[in-house]
Amino acid sequence: MTQKVVIIGAGIVGAACARSLAAAGFDVTVIDRGTVAGGTSSACEGNILVSDKGAGFELTLAQHATTLWKRTAAELREQLGESFPAVEYDPKGGLVVATTAAGAEPLLAFAAGQQSAGVDARVIGVAEARSLEPDLAPGIQAAVYYPEDAQVQPTIATDALMSSARRSGVRVLENTPVLGPLLDAAGALVGVVTPAGPLRAEAVLVAAGPWSAEVAALLGVHLPVRPRRGEVLVTSRMRHRIFHKVYDADYVGAVGSSDSALQTSSVVESTGSGTVLIGSSRQQVGFDGRLRVDALQEIAAKAVRLFPFLADAAVMRSYGGFRPYMPDHLPVIGEDPRLPGLWHATGHEGAGVGLSLATAEMIRDRMLGIPTALDSAPFALSRASLVPHLREVA
Amino acid sequence: MVARLLPGGRDPIRPAPVAPVTITVDGEPTTGVAGQTLAGVILGSGTLGFRRTSAANAPRGVFCGIGVCFDCLVEVNGQRDVRACQRRASAGDAVVTQHDDLPGEANT
Repeated sequence: MTQKVVIIGAGIVGAACARSLAAAGFDVTVIDRGTVAGGTSSACEGNILVSDKGAGFELTLAQHATTLWKRTAAELREQLGESFPAVEYDPKGGLVVATTAAGAEPLLAFAAGQQSAGVDARVIGVAEARSLEPDLAPGIQAAVYYPEDAQVQPTIATDALMSSARRSGVRVLENTPVLGPLLDAAGALVGVVTPAGPLRAEAVLVAAGPWSAEVAALLGVHLPVRPRRGEVLVTSRMRHRIFHKVYDADYVGAVGSSDSALQTSSVVESTGSGTVLIGSSRQQVGFDGRLRVDALQEIAAKAVRLFPFLADAAVMRSYGGFRPYMPDHLPVIGEDPRLPGLWHATGHEGAGVGLSLATAEMIRDRMLGIPTALDSAPFALSRASLVPHLREVA
Repeated sequence: MVARLLPGGRDPIRPAPVAPVTITVDGEPTTGVAGQTLAGVILGSGTLGFRRTSAANAPRGVFCGIGVCFDCLVEVNGQRDVRACQRRASAGDAVVTQHDDLPGEANT
């Protein structure tokens, strides 16, 4: 009998998992209380980065994901055809600069650690940095170039993965929230209850991004995923004057921080249509989506420090999204030992687009019961760093 | 004057006589009604599309008319990316239509 899987969440992680599982022969249904790419996946920058991750498990996963994206972008193109909008896969490379003398040494140390983990992190001189980015402000103290960094248009990428999944037989039920677990007489999880009726499944996979804690609670378990808000400014279109993903070295500190107060750092890049995306901020404000003028002011001011010409750019709009934050800064990928049949693929914070494909591959292999390409233990719910954050749900 | 433009004297909201305002659009003198936006002057002159998209070369002009869609961007007196629907026409404004080629290689 074909194993049935219900995936909760039609963002990029859910879409990637659906596609991988269906290709492996699973019978997959994706449900979402909203629409495909209706949450974080359409409110982010589409990063596929190795540059912002220090040596460790997340970096290893990101390195694997980078190779998967290259292949998958081509597969999607071939499968969906020219009439489907391009996912705008762009291996543009990243350029990380230190704008202060104090920032130079930590950046170089960080890059050295990445190099020993196999990342192509090239410490370059200021002149070379300015040849890569001629409009970069003078006064850069250090620069590291990461040719492996890439980007996709995240909404289209999610839709493309889901369209690909549908062609393999995946059903997608939009506007269908989870109401609760479907339990058998013995109390075992055998699916989920929705307004459209019960959905029976051998495996229920939570891929609800920042809303995963809420979904997990409905199913009866605690999951320490919290929303962390990030804001992005969008300029009107212009000719390309920024050629890589360029960011200030303090971005890494902001992402890695557990501080709930507003943190901003400069992340600037062009998109395929000619707009410039200016990020980024991190702030723990729950699911409060109100406009954060203080955050926008800070990221605009910092962007001008990197690229002075942006002072005259017209800002067309801003958007914000909730990143699924984990207290130990690692996603949860795998089964939930507390409730057999329940699985998680969530908690990727700002790296979900990049890590989605590697996450999906790991989930697929765990569900098939075959060896995973990478060790899955660091992403298990039972890992030591997460234990203090898990609590019993009555 | 075109059919889309209500003659000033018959405007029930503001039945007062109208004063003209003249701007240039790509160098062509174009006269509208004082108080109109640049978009209003351009539309009133009979031009619907005044820019073309980069990818499909499709015509674009005023879409939302309320400052949200950024489809009506024009250069005004040397400043680019001005929303024509949000800028009131001033006598002598030099409006230049904008075109941006697609900037990069993101074609996968």
